[in-house]
Amino acid sequence: MIRRGRGVDRAGLVAVWAAAVLVTASFVAICCGLFAHGWSGLSLKFLSEAPSDAGRSGGILPILASTGLLLLTCLAITVPVGLGTAIFLTEVVPCGHRGGRLVRRSLELLAGAPSIVFGLFGCALFCNLLGLGFSIMSGALTLACMILPFFVKAAEEGLRAVSPELRLAAAGLGLSRQKALAFVVLPAASYALCGGLVLAVARALAETAALIFTSGYVDRMPRSVFDSGRAVSVHIYDLAMNIPGGDKNASSTALVLLFGVCLLNVAFRKLTMRMMGAK
Amino acid sequence: MSRSTSSDQLGRGLTALTGVSAALCALVVSAVILTVVSGAWPALKELGPKRFLFDTGWHPADGLYGMAPIIVGSLAVVSGAILIATPFGILSALFLNFYAPRIVGNLYRSALELLGGIPSVVFGLWGMTTVVPLLRRIHSPGSGLLAGSLVLSLMIIPTFASLADAAVRAVPSSLYASSLALGLRRWHALWTVVLPSARSGLAAALVLQTGRAVGETMVVLMVCGNIPLLPKGLFDPIRTLTANVALEMPYALGIHRSALFVSGLVVLMLVVGLMVLVERVRTEE
Repeated sequence: MIRRGRGVDRAGLVAVWAAAVLVTASFVAICCGLFAHGWSGLSLKFLSEAPSDAGRSGGILPILASTGLLLLTCLAITVPVGLGTAIFLTEVVPCGHRGGRLVRRSLELLAGAPSIVFGLFGCALFCNLLGLGFSIMSGALTLACMILPFFVKAAEEGLRAVSPELRLAAAGLGLSRQKALAFVVLPAASYALCGGLVLAVARALAETAALIFTSGYVDRMPRSVFDSGRAVSVHIYDLAMNIPGGDKNASSTALVLLFGVCLLNVAFRKLTMRMMGAK
Repeated sequence: MSRSTSSDQLGRGLTALTGVSAALCALVVSAVILTVVSGAWPALKELGPKRFLFDTGWHPADGLYGMAPIIVGSLAVVSGAILIATPFGILSALFLNFYAPRIVGNLYRSALELLGGIPSVVFGLWGMTTVVPLLRRIHSPGSGLLAGSLVLSLMIIPTFASLADAAVRAVPSSLYASSLALGLRRWHALWTVVLPSARSGLAAALVLQTGRAVGETMVVLMVCGNIPLLPKGLFDPIRTLTANVALEMPYALGIHRSALFVSGLVVLMLVVGLMVLVERVRTEE
């Protein structure tokens, strides 16, 4: 019995280490695979040229521009609405208020909804009903709805984490609540707010399914937010799925996307660490 | 200084403004549900739910909208992914808490974090260019149920592992220590004491990741082959509900388009059902 127990213990040790090694190995395999396929295609020219031959050759400049425009428009919608909601949840309604609960519930549901459902929603509401067509605006509105819950959650947590002493001190100095919010609470929560922003952008950048039929496929340089524009992730999908021989450029584009996402993750980590340090 | 200070102290304008944005958030959810339901309504009314379940196959050009093979395909690929991901997630949590030296553990946590940050379209691309050709050597065509489950499981392992890690860490360390003191070996203590205590957290993590797998589009779209037939083996190509929408939405019109909204509605209902289940599991705690 004792001997068998030792055998099982050993087997458990091996299984645990094997699982960890396998997961790490597959992570390394993904990175190596992408680098092997896409590294040779990466150059400054790749980043500064328009795609040609349906994307098989040329670069991704208009796609980067569309993505940037998409993200900026999306943030311009998400930040005010999200910040407003976070302030509402923390400063306006008392804890356990029915309205606050309803809003939180809704945001939870929104956070869990699959991206393809957002795609259908954006296509039906923004493209067709509101007549925006396949445009960066439709895509940005759809994305904004998607990332709103994540930004609100981060902002709410940040605002709640501001120490009560600060608020008390502000009140004690005779600041109105409005002034205290603007000059004491929001600055104190600024790292958390930035962190939430970065997280939201990372999510938006990774999104594909919701954009395919809202912001469209057009790979020209967008002239305004009402033009159709192709996001980086949609470009990867299109090259890989619909363009025979597009694999190589798809991998190079994936490396660019991966680099962007990693950069945002590092920024998020730095901000959280600063926040911990500031406390 | 409590947060329940009456709202007029914050200024009427600001209160109203924040109230409007909060209302907007709540409105978006209803808008999403309403749009999808109203998009699906014409098809549901004209064809009836029965035809979606019992039509022989999905052939929109011939007016056949049998969704059964697609629903089965979705469930099969998700079950496969969960079956692969669960042991890896739980073993990773044990590794992080009880086996790994501190430095290795921290490295592994960073690796999981990076892996979890990879966009799904990149997973799909990797699956197309690496996993599918490998599987094709064993059995053509390569893209199908197994490829989908493999790549999908890799996509959900990182988040699952972090959630499982948190659940295992929440178990009081005295439990582990006292079972060791009673003479249990490490694995035995983990298996019979620690994991059962973390049960509800692990279950919640599992259901949460199932929801993510059901709603995932890009991976299954790129590696599953997209043929709307009942899968008979692991290597058979399948089509999922989500891929169905993404594939046909660009050209679908009329009742066909509405049928795709039905497809989306089924996904939404599955995901919401799983979310309710998570809530149940958590409140049981």
